[in-house]
Amino acid sequence: MSRVRAFGRFWWNFIVGDDWRAALGVIMAIGATAALAAGGVAAWWFLPLAVAVVLALSLHREARSADTRP
Amino acid sequence: MTAGFLVASAFLASAVEFVEALTIVLAAGITRGWRSALTGLAAATVALAVIVAALGPALTLVPLSALRLVVGALLLAFGLQWLRKAILRASGYKALHDEETIFAEELAEARTAQSELRAGLDWYGFTLAFKGVLLEGLEVAFIVITFGSTQGNVGLAAVGAGGALVLVVLVGVFVRAPLARVPENTMKFAVGVMLTTFGIFWSAEGAGAHWPGNDASLPVVLAFVVALSVSAVATLRRRRLSAAIA
Repeated sequence: MSRVRAFGRFWWNFIVGDDWRAALGVIMAIGATAALAAGGVAAWWFLPLAVAVVLALSLHREARSADTRP
Repeated sequence: MTAGFLVASAFLASAVEFVEALTIVLAAGITRGWRSALTGLAAATVALAVIVAALGPALTLVPLSALRLVVGALLLAFGLQWLRKAILRASGYKALHDEETIFAEELAEARTAQSELRAGLDWYGFTLAFKGVLLEGLEVAFIVITFGSTQGNVGLAAVGAGGALVLVVLVGVFVRAPLARVPENTMKFAVGVMLTTFGIFWSAEGAGAHWPGNDASLPVVLAFVVALSVSAVATLRRRRLSAAIA
């Protein structure tokens, strides 16, 4: 069981890393792109903008936590 | 353009991982003996070759749009991790990756580990080299398989990775020291940018969006990600400076 858990942890760290919110943001952004494209909207612009927002929020969280560290 | 981009991305990403693997193999070889370290290296290389040989052709059977969606999402999540760390390093919020320090730590740990012989090999040296090469190599395998399969050319991505392997091994044999002079932090930044660019491009395509000009949009997405990263570094540097003054 511990090997299964270690295997799962390895892949989690490998793909998701230490900011699960960023990974979730990526999945939501891709879903929104698919929804826009399915609705007939030219959706190519959405994902780069969404990635910019996800990255900015992730960096802000990290910087805020570093700023408040003694 | 895309073929060159593919080879360059696979080369850079692989070179970074091979430099890290070399540091571990050197530490294992110097402290625990070269026979065990090189056997561990060879065993991990065989395991990686089996993974690539099994998964590469299997992925070509998956429909391209589904493959690009899944692979694009994985690359984007994976690439944003690299990019985030690279931006934090470049802005001073995270310590720079230092191959010499890591090498010294690996050496100290390997020197104090107990000796245990299995199959005529020093088991610590074997597992240290095996695990190091396998884990760093898995990232290379992931990049080669995902880049190659979505572009329909695993061979071309493997050429980029193979070129990096040959270069790092040759320099490693020649220098016999961790490759501290390699601009690893800059390379990691470039890899983060490339992974994120490919991730955006493929996952948007897989989700049903159409890029204006098709593949010609790729350099534009790349320029966007570079601009975004550079401005993030500048903003964080200013923020750090302000926090230090306050």
